[in-house]
Parts: sequence; structure tokens; C-alpha cells
Amino acid sequence: MTDRPHLAVIGAGPAGLAATVAAAAHGVRVTLLDSAAAAGGQFYRQPAAELRARRPQALHHDWGTWERLRGGLDTHVKAGSVRHLTDHHVWFVERRADRFTVHALLGPEQEDPVAVHADAVLLATGGYEKVLPFPGWTLPGVLTAGGAQAMLKGALAVSGRTAVVAGTGPLLLPVATGLAAAGVEIAALVESADPKAFVRRSRALAAQPGKLAEGAGYAAQLLRRRVRTFTRHTVVEAHGTERLEAVTVAALDGAGRVRPGTGRRIPCDTLAVGHGMLPHTDLAETLGCRLDGMNVQVDGEQRTDVPGVWAAGETTGIGGSALALAEGHIAGRSAAARLAGHAPDPREWAAAAKSRNRLREFAAALDSVYAPPAHWTEQITDDTVVCRCEEVTGSAIREAVTELGAGDVRTVKLLTRAGMGWCQGRMCAPAVAGLAGCRLAPSRRPFARPVPLGVLAHEHTHPTERGSS
Amino acid sequence: MTGAACALYASRAGLDVIVVDRGPVAGGTTGAGEGNLLVSDKEPGPELDLALLSNRLWGELAQEFGEAIEYEAKGGVVVATSPGSLTALEHFADGQRAAGVVAETVAGDALYALEPHLAPGLPGAVHYPQDSQVMPALAAAHLVRTSGARLLTGRAVTEVLRTTDGTVRGVRTHSGDIHTPAVVNAAGTWGGELATLAGTSLPVLPRRGFVLVTETLPRMVHHKVYAADYVADVASDSAALQTSPVVEGTAAGPILIGASRERVGFDRSVPLPALRALAAGATRLFPFLSDVRAIRSYAGFRPYMPDHLPAIGPDPRVPGLFHACGHEGAGIGLATGTGHLIAQVLTAKTPGLDLAPFRPDRFPEETP
Ligand SMILES: Cc1cc2nc3c(=O)[nH]c(=O)nc-3n(C[C@H](O)[C@H](O)[C@H](O)COP(=O)(O)OP(=O)(O)OC[C@H]3O[C@@H](n4cnc5c(N)ncnc54)[C@H](O)[C@@H]3O)c2cc1C
Ligand SMILES: Cc1cc2nc3c(=O)[nH]c(=O)nc-3n(C[C@H](O)[C@H](O)[C@H](O)COP(=O)(O)OP(=O)(O)OC[C@H]3O[C@@H](n4cnc5c(N)ncnc54)[C@H](O)[C@@H]3O)c2cc1C
Repeated sequence: MTDRPHLAVIGAGPAGLAATVAAAAHGVRVTLLDSAAAAGGQFYRQPAAELRARRPQALHHDWGTWERLRGGLDTHVKAGSVRHLTDHHVWFVERRADRFTVHALLGPEQEDPVAVHADAVLLATGGYEKVLPFPGWTLPGVLTAGGAQAMLKGALAVSGRTAVVAGTGPLLLPVATGLAAAGVEIAALVESADPKAFVRRSRALAAQPGKLAEGAGYAAQLLRRRVRTFTRHTVVEAHGTERLEAVTVAALDGAGRVRPGTGRRIPCDTLAVGHGMLPHTDLAETLGCRLDGMNVQVDGEQRTDVPGVWAAGETTGIGGSALALAEGHIAGRSAAARLAGHAPDPREWAAAAKSRNRLREFAAALDSVYAPPAHWTEQITDDTVVCRCEEVTGSAIREAVTELGAGDVRTVKLLTRAGMGWCQGRMCAPAVAGLAGCRLAPSRRPFARPVPLGVLAHEHTHPTERGSS
Repeated sequence: MTGAACALYASRAGLDVIVVDRGPVAGGTTGAGEGNLLVSDKEPGPELDLALLSNRLWGELAQEFGEAIEYEAKGGVVVATSPGSLTALEHFADGQRAAGVVAETVAGDALYALEPHLAPGLPGAVHYPQDSQVMPALAAAHLVRTSGARLLTGRAVTEVLRTTDGTVRGVRTHSGDIHTPAVVNAAGTWGGELATLAGTSLPVLPRRGFVLVTETLPRMVHHKVYAADYVADVASDSAALQTSPVVEGTAAGPILIGASRERVGFDRSVPLPALRALAAGATRLFPFLSDVRAIRSYAGFRPYMPDHLPAIGPDPRVPGLFHACGHEGAGIGLATGTGHLIAQVLTAKTPGLDLAPFRPDRFPEETP
């Protein structure tokens, strides 16, 4: 079995799982690596397992799909065609001649090195949350939408809390629903998008009766009964001394500016803010893959422009879990065929390709509807911390732009250190771009994870297990 | 950096200056390197003379700009890793002393008093108190601002305008012409292209370098510390990878490890072997670094000339054109001296250093 071609899949979210199962079913040996302790990615890793008994349908329309995928994974792992490596943090993928070495750090401490050799790699690293700062955003109790989901893992601990869910995008509803199901009182749902925009795009949106829309619709019904919803509103400040005590929410005018005098204070102990996601592209970039804006560029088979490298799911563009599944399936099929030495027949995945098209259109429509307020940067006061790692304030960034001639994220970083810290600008880059008045562009991060110099210094002594098969 | 220093000294010499750059401030190699102001790595000769002049001028600017440019006169420690290399290093330092460099041999306890976390058992080192540093991007931005020069960013020069007799009369950018009797080519690694736009030639080539940056630490490394093989490397003509890790702690906390040197053209992919070599060199000098994490690396392309000396001064082939580029891995350090000399020749003064070794037309004409 060892002479079967070997594919390394990085990321065990919907895209990576679908790809793994599809490739393994077509004769490829797969090593699936993920930094998390269990398969599932952003979507399926959600706490639904614990909450399932209470409101499964509210949380997971795709629960059946997930069970099928996990069943498929288990079968292939038992059969020896898939090796699933959890707690593997990939920091670099190296391409030498036509072989790849995936370099990972093991365990929660991320200290011990592991190297996996493969004939091809499939990047399914998903995305991360876009964070936009505002006064008070660093207070304990202020979370990202994903952070709120993570909090739900200890479902019992959160009940009795009062939360405001704010920002923009299709994830706010599932987050609010999840919190409500866990017994959190939702004091308000604050969406900056304009409902009229939905009407304008209603055809594109209605043309997609997919899971996300369905789920959102259901959740909306669920919430409408008991949650105050503010559209075209935004959170202008989080208040509190030791931790969050209240937020001020204000209305937006047609131009996306806060309307003076519309602020209202809402007491709460939790604020979940989401402004959507950005793709993880670090590994793709060090491999030299071409990007298209913020996304890894792929062709119809989900191949990048670097031979032997496929990409699927949110690393190629934010679009929800159903799209990630379709892309993962196609990528896995394509990789299996190409590794076996023949061109694939796209008719074999016609159904997936069809839903991929539809879902991409739908994602584009959502993207045009959900956007942070056009003038959101006006809420960043001079003393608002924008870069948390390096403690760089709004005024320092404004000074770099107006006084020192910086007009882009990189120059602001050089002049202020914003984005030079531990998270490497993953958190502050959108805010810095906003303040500098430029487009957000991907920044090069050669290491997807910080790596000990001792690991970097040595070619690994215990390189690969070459696969269980 | 070079352009910023030229702007500062030229405007202080009474000239009206416009700085034109196709990118932002410090968008070229200046924003992609380190800010070591070294005399320790230079052998006696014109480059060392320029470095000593520049070092003095940086000291003066430090008085004026204070912390804004993160100047720090921390000194360098060049470590010998074998008894043989200590002998070579001491010999090298003798020559430097004769040229005006302060260099003190240190060994044993004295060495570990300077750098307590160095690997045990090293035979000795030379301490160079004059080595210092700035933060290049901040230095460039503040020098330009203080110069009072007009700063036009985001404007690429597409042509150097000349009269019928070939004299420079300005530059063309994609958003308009700028008329001026003198043009200074401070285009760094792209200086050769700019020379071509002016109808002449200058052999500036890219030499890639990587720097590793660690997580934030309390001060563990106090000087600029590097192994003695660095000295041989700077002047080498080999195109193979040679790593000479300068390890230094920064005021902000991270340790910088750099830089590798490769001649690979403008290749932007990240090769693991170059980064591994940097990490290996640094952990050999400072074993504690093994457990410290690298959080990023960055790369830049040093502007290098075939004889490793920059081009500084008027171009006799094109009246009105002055060059200030090709400083390779020392362009931050050498910027002040370069700016000062350029201001002198722009105002028809006798330059403080003999510019003959830096003549832009010292290379045989390229035949296209
Ligand atoms: C709060 C929240 C709520 C959501 N709700 C919904 C919803 O209701 N409906 C819906 O359709 N979508 C929802 N989504 C979106 C959905 O989660 C994503 O569309 C989907 O998970 C994308 O799948 P993916 O496989 O591309 O990436 P992911 O699911 O993000 O998986 C990527 C995996 O890669 C791993 N990884 C990344 N980098 C590395 C590395 N360097 N080394 C090792 N492993 C790595 C990660 O650990 C992760 O497991 C929600 C997302 C969030 C954040
Ligand atoms: C990894 C690394 C480490 C280094 N470490 C050090 C160090 O420790 N100490 C040290 O002294 N030096 C160091 N250097 C070298 C130093 O960075 C360079 O020598 C120096 O930055 C050169 O500065 P410059 O101003 O001449 O060129 P640049 O900073 O490259 O500036 C040239 C400018 O010209 C502009 N330009 C080019 N063409 C045009 C055009 N047609 N129109 C308009 N604008 C144009 C570019 O946009 C650019 O901004 C290092 C370099 C690297 C790569």
C-alpha cells in the first residue's frame, strides 16, 4: 500500500474532511493534519455535540452531513488509507523538486517537530475572524463571534449571562441562536447592514435556498420572538472598568456614519462582535501560490498555480460550510485523479460543481450586503488600542499616515510596530488598512505558527512516519 | 534611507529639495533590512572611511532626533569561534584601529560580562563600541520630514529629462514632469534602472537577505553579536549562501537574527534552508535561543555593486545627474555620510572624503 500516492491535507474542517474522504475513496493515501484536538473545523467543531440534546436543529442544519463525513473518515482511518493527525500545528510547507514536506509542531505546547512527506498537498486551512477595534473592545467580556462559540463549550457556565451580538454578516444569527440555546439572554442583535440592501440583492439571495440561508431564516424566526434587533446600527463603545458592563449602540445614516444623538446604552456582560472572516493564506504564500485579492487563487479543479498544491474551502474565499464541502470534494477528486497520473473527468463531480457555482454567487451577494459601516474608522478614538500585541493606538497610526508619509499597512507597521507582534497583524491589519485609507492586502507571514529556533535550526531528527498504510 | 539623508543634508545646505518615490516612505530595501550602523565589519579603505564619517554624523543626528529614530549606541561584539579565527580577528582589528576604529579584544570573564548568555568556552572576541543602530524606516521618515523637502510618494520616475546637449533638466513621472537642474539617483537596488532612464549605466544588482525575528523577550543580548566569519563574507564574491548571523536584542523586545546573503535575483519565495542556517548560527552563539520562537522572517534585496562599494557623486557622463546608491548591506549605516557628501558636491564644495573610489563611471561601459 505504501506505493500509493500520498496526499497531505492540512485542515480538518468541512473542506479538508470532504477532500480527505473523496481522495481516500479514490485510491489515495491521505494524511490529514489539523491543529485542533478533533476533526470538524470552525463549523462542526462547534459545541453542538453538547447542546444537541436541547436544540439540534437550531444549531446544525448540516448535522447529517457532518455525521456522514465523520463516518467516512472513521472508515478510512480503520482501513488504513487515512492517517488523521490531530494537534498538529503546521508552520511551514516546503516544496523540493516535486515532493512536499509538511512541517508541524505537536501538541498544545507546539514544541516537538514532526515532518510529513507527501506527493501533493491540499490546503484547507479555512479562515480567521476579521476584528475591527472600537473604544472598549479590549475589555474582558468582549469576544469575537467565534470566541462566543468557543465559550459555549462550557454551556452550563454561560447560562444566566446577558449578551449583545453585534457587527455584520450571516454568522451573527447562528451565534445569537447558539448563545440563546445555551441559556444566555440576548439583549440585542445589532447589525450594521441596511435591510434595503437585501431587497436590492434579493434575487441573488433567494436563488440560493441553501443551508446557510435556510439556517439563517430559521434562526431569525427563532430570535425574532424574543430578541431586540437593530439593523443599520453599530456598537460605538463598550463600557466597564474591570470588565464589560454595557455597550452603547447608535444608528447609522445612509452614508454609514453614526447619527449623532442616537446612542443608547444597553447593559450586558458579554459582547460578541463579528465582521466576517478572512482567509488563512500563509502556507499558500510561502509555497509561492498566486493569490487573488485576499484569497488563494484556484482553477476549476481547485488547483493552485503551484504544481501539486490544491486549495479548498475558506482559504480560497469566505463562503460558508456548504461551499467548503463542495470545494473540498472537487479538490479531493481532482487530486486523486492527478496523483494516479490521469486528468480527471469533471462530469464526475458535476453536482458539486453546480452547487459550488451557486454558493459562490450567493457568497458574493452576501458580501455586497454585509459590510461594516463605511465610516467605521471614525469610531476609533486617538487612545483606542488598535494593535493589541504591540499596544499601538489610533493616534500613533494616524500620525504615521498624516505626518510621516505612510499610506499602506506595511509602512504603518514599520513606523509604529502595529502588526509586528505575536499575531503578526492577523488582528489589526484590517483596522490599520482602514485608518491608512488603503485596501487590505495579504501580508506575507512566512511562518504559519511561531517556531522555536531550535526546531528551525535542525533538520528534524525523527522525520516521518511515512503513513500508517 | 539614502534619499532621505540626501534630502536632509541638501536642504540644510540651502537647496530646494523634492523627494520622489514610486512607493511609500521606506518602501524599498530600507523597510526590509536591519539598522546596524557598523564599523566592525569593514576593512580599512574607502568604505570604512565613509562608515566612520557616517557614524559621527549619525551620532549628531541622534542628538537631534532622540528616540524618534530609535538610535542606540550599543556597540558590537565580534566573536571568534575558534582560536584560529581569534588570531585572524585580532589581526583584522589592528588594521581597523590604525584607520580610527575603536576595538578592544575581550576574552574569558570580560567577554561573558559583556554577553552573559553566549555559549560557554568561546576563545574571545573584539568589542567595537562605535557600532550602533537606528530603526531604518523611522529614520528615513523623520529625516525626510525634518528636511522640509517636498515628499511625493506613489510617483514613479519614468524618464530623466535632458536638454539637447544631454544635461539633466528634470524627471518625468506618470503624473507630471518635475523640473530641476540636478537629479540624485538614490533608487537603491533599482539604481541601475534609473541610470538607464538617464541614458547611462550603473551595474547595481540585487542580493537577497533574510532576517529572523523572535518573540518579545526581556533583554538577553546586549550588543550586536556576530561570528567572525561575517567579515570574510561581506567581501566575498561567492554566490552561494553564506550566513553570518548578527544577533541583537531590540528596545522593543524581539531579537533580530540576520542576515543571509544570496544572489538569486528578485526571487520572493521563502527557502527554508536559508532560515535554518540563520537559526543554526544564532543558536550556536546563544544556546538559550533554541527555546525562543521565531515569529516571522522578512527578506530584502540589497543593492550591490561588483566591487562592493557604492556609487556616490556626479556622473561625468550626464551633467546634472548624481548617484547615491549601491550600498549593499550597509546603506543605512552609510546614508548620513553619503547624504553629506552629496550635499557638498551639489553645492560645489570640496567633498570631505575623496570620492574617486565611489565614482559612478568606474565600471566598464555595458554594451547592450
Ligand atoms: C462563529 C461562526 C459561526 C458559523 N456559523 C455558520 C453557519 O451557521 N452556517 C455555515 O454555513 N457556516 C457557518 N460558519 C462558517 C463555517 O464555519 C465555515 O464556512 C467553514 O467552517 C469553512 O470550512 P473550511 O474547511 O474551509 O475551514 P475551517 O472550518 O475553518 O477549517 C480549517 C481547519 O484548518 C485548521 N488549520 C488552519 N491552519 C492550520 C495550520 N497552520 N496547521 C494545522 N491546522 C490548521 C484549523 O484548525 C481548522 O480546523 C460559521 C463560522 C463561525 C466562525
Ligand atoms: C536583510 C537585510 C538586512 C540589512 N541590514 C542592514 C544593516 O543592518 N545595516 C545597514 O546599514 N544596511 C543593512 N541592509 C542594507 C540596507 O537596507 C540598504 O543598503 C539600504 O536600505 C539602501 O537604502 P536606499 O535608500 O539606497 O535604497 P531603498 O531603501 O531601496 O530606496 C530606494 C527607493 O527608490 C525607489 N525607486 C526605485 N526606482 C524608482 C523610480 N523609477 N521612481 C521612483 N522611485 C523609485 C524605491 O521605491 C525605493 O523606495 C540590509 C539589507 C537587507 C536586505
